[in-house]
Amino acid sequence: MNLFRNAVFAAAIAGLFAGLVMTAMQTFATVPLILQAETFEGAGMSGHHHGTATAATAGAQDEAAAAEDHDGGAWAPADGFERFAFTALANIVTGIGFALLLVAASEFAGGIAGWRQGVFWGFAGFAVFTLAPGLGLPPELPTMPTADLMDRQVWWIATVAATAAGLALIAFRGSVVFSLVGVALIVTPHLIGAPQPASHESPLPDGLHHQFVVAATVTSLIFWVLLGGMVGMVRQHLLATAGGPSKSFA
Amino acid sequence: MNTAASSLATATSSASRAVQLGAVALLGLFVVGFVGFSHAEIVHNAGHDYRHSMAFPCH
Repeated sequence: MNLFRNAVFAAAIAGLFAGLVMTAMQTFATVPLILQAETFEGAGMSGHHHGTATAATAGAQDEAAAAEDHDGGAWAPADGFERFAFTALANIVTGIGFALLLVAASEFAGGIAGWRQGVFWGFAGFAVFTLAPGLGLPPELPTMPTADLMDRQVWWIATVAATAAGLALIAFRGSVVFSLVGVALIVTPHLIGAPQPASHESPLPDGLHHQFVVAATVTSLIFWVLLGGMVGMVRQHLLATAGGPSKSFA
Repeated sequence: MNTAASSLATATSSASRAVQLGAVALLGLFVVGFVGFSHAEIVHNAGHDYRHSMAFPCH
């Protein structure tokens, strides 16, 4: 189980690092915009669940909002440090999760030979997990109208899978036919189209959403580049300390 | 070590390699799927700002 252990170790280090940096970036770039958008909750649109609604909106509207927002008063972290801590935890845990996927995919393809190659794997991760699904389903702010959650999740997962498979066909099969199939795989989800809400009207001021899309996309790019670079670096270090001419984790 | 033994060893190790990497990928899928896609309210609320920031479908 040497390979498994090394892969998890490399992913844990890279995910922890990239997750921490991502948390810091989100604290300044995306979370303030989310909090700002939440202040528009109750302004004619569906309510939310962070207790930001004023006491004046209590009563019937709250009940309606709770029912509509499928939360029924479930636990949520208190605003402030607790909320920040859970965001940090989610970043680190998923950072490690994304790193596990990146390590597994890159080892199947022969392994990442250093931080620079890792950066390119990071760009691929960004394209697969942020760019492709973000074209049809741009990062959204609270209070924005959305299509059915399940439909969007299905489209998101299918788009990620098709884009990953398409990129792999283009990168690792040296034939024109496979490359064309790869491009077709990448394009198809966008021809089908992501589930969209009946109306895009929202109570948010102009520009707030655009600012959020840019912030979420750019922070994600940095996250993926760091993650890929770190995986490459840690892997090289593991191979060097293991000694011998081995070019593989196992 | 004779040729037969070494080629068998290679075959076993390549199968075990695929199994181990498959396990790594499954673990990653489980972790990302749970934090990013779970419909459980508590998980959703805890990771709310993260989900929005990473553009996971939310609400």
